[in-house]
Amino acid sequence: MFVIKCPWCGQRGQKEFTYIGDSNVKRPDPNLASDKEWSDYIFLRKNPKGWHDELWQHTTGCRVIFKVQRNTVTHEIRLTLPLSNKISGAEK
Amino acid sequence: MKSIKGRYSIFSLLRNAINYHEGWKESWRCPEPKSEYDVIIIGGGGHGLGTAYYLAKEHGITNVAVLEKGWIGGGNTGRNTTIVRSNYLLDGNSQFYELSMKLWEDLSRDLNYNVMFSQRGVLNLAHSDPQVDALQRRGNAMRLNGIDAEFWDTEKIRRRIPLLDTSDKTRYPIFGGLMQPRAGTARHDAVAWGFARAADSYGIDIIQNCEVIGINVNQNKVFGLETTQGSIRTKKIGVAVAGHTTQLMDMVNLRMPIESHILQAMVSEPIKPCLHSVVTSGATHLYISQSDKGELVIGGDLDFYNSFAQRGNFPAIEHVVQSAVTMFPAFGRLRLLRTWGGVMDMTMDGSPIICKTPIDGLYLNGGWCYGGFKATPGSAFVFAHTIAQDKPHPQNECFGLDRFEKGYTLDEKGVGPTPKAH
Repeated sequence: MFVIKCPWCGQRGQKEFTYIGDSNVKRPDPNLASDKEWSDYIFLRKNPKGWHDELWQHTTGCRVIFKVQRNTVTHEIRLTLPLSNKISGAEK
Repeated sequence: MKSIKGRYSIFSLLRNAINYHEGWKESWRCPEPKSEYDVIIIGGGGHGLGTAYYLAKEHGITNVAVLEKGWIGGGNTGRNTTIVRSNYLLDGNSQFYELSMKLWEDLSRDLNYNVMFSQRGVLNLAHSDPQVDALQRRGNAMRLNGIDAEFWDTEKIRRRIPLLDTSDKTRYPIFGGLMQPRAGTARHDAVAWGFARAADSYGIDIIQNCEVIGINVNQNKVFGLETTQGSIRTKKIGVAVAGHTTQLMDMVNLRMPIESHILQAMVSEPIKPCLHSVVTSGATHLYISQSDKGELVIGGDLDFYNSFAQRGNFPAIEHVVQSAVTMFPAFGRLRLLRTWGGVMDMTMDGSPIICKTPIDGLYLNGGWCYGGFKATPGSAFVFAHTIAQDKPHPQNECFGLDRFEKGYTLDEKGVGPTPKAH
């Protein structure tokens, strides 16, 4: 079990959290996006082996959604930040 | 299979018994890679080895290499819970998995290798009236497609699986179940070894400890690949690498509708025969069967976060074990012997991808989520056809990469583009 630092509640056990997904997926403007852009947004993921920027929710705590930078091989968590902060240069 | 040396039979067993079993030959060679092949398969699991075998057997293509970065069958082929079934609802899936089931039924004879396929039946449990409706609908769809399915009421389940808690007092009462009698289990390692031995007998090179580090493409055409054992030329590459599909496709800048997740499984200490079918429960996230060694083989849900670790975390193990001992209270006395994890390439609709790619000569077989083992012979059969004929077999036309963009997803459970929910 790993421990995740909620930006609001602090260090808590993994069981309190729900994984949401890649935090760098950005929803395009539905009025401007082509079919291709829209399906890329819905279906395609980078799925890196190594550091991954992701969203987690503190489901059984404060319910806040926040950003986590986690290694998908070692499960090490390097950084957790509130949603409004940039976590790496990969954000659009 | 014509040229296999030392064909296994009762006579070869007796002959070797007289000679103190010192005369058995190795089952496949360990060759150095040649400089060029007609087809190269990346991934020496069941799907990759099977594809090589069917390329030789069905299409006469024998100048083939299978590259494996570790040892054959060391990935998900050796990490699954060995369940084989074809109890699918949707057209496309239904016919494909039934093709695979028919190949399973003759596989040991076809390969001259005992894959210990045991048609002990798979029972899916319902814990509510809506689940009974859903299972009956699926059973009817299966029967319309010529696949065996029986609905069992609680009384029949109680008689046939006496250790299962079918009382009203249990946390998740059992309302009935859908049984597929032809489904069952197989010895997973034997599937890899059997395909490897049979492919080798056609002269196919199985090259272990050979990791692919680059795919060479010129003007949208494959012409070879780079490996840790040097460059190899080829015009056709088949990719069957399960959890690492994204990483292979990154080499040619093709993005995949895939997230890799971890799935754990575990076995108990071995006990006398007590569970004669495979029992699964979608609602409590459990599938359980008893191996021929007597261990209870238990699997459940994903760990629910992207991972390439081949090991999981304790909350998922705890959840699976809770389900198991709730439904089979007697198993609460057992100790777990081993737990392990495998990397699942979870697609956006929960169905696999077996197709040509936008790059000429590059073929993809992946996205098996956590259902790849049962598909092994079927997947290999249609993938070999796709590579040899440069067009899909009728049974994998529905598994194209373009189905997402075009809106023809095959979402068996109807949960939408959330890979971890399939």
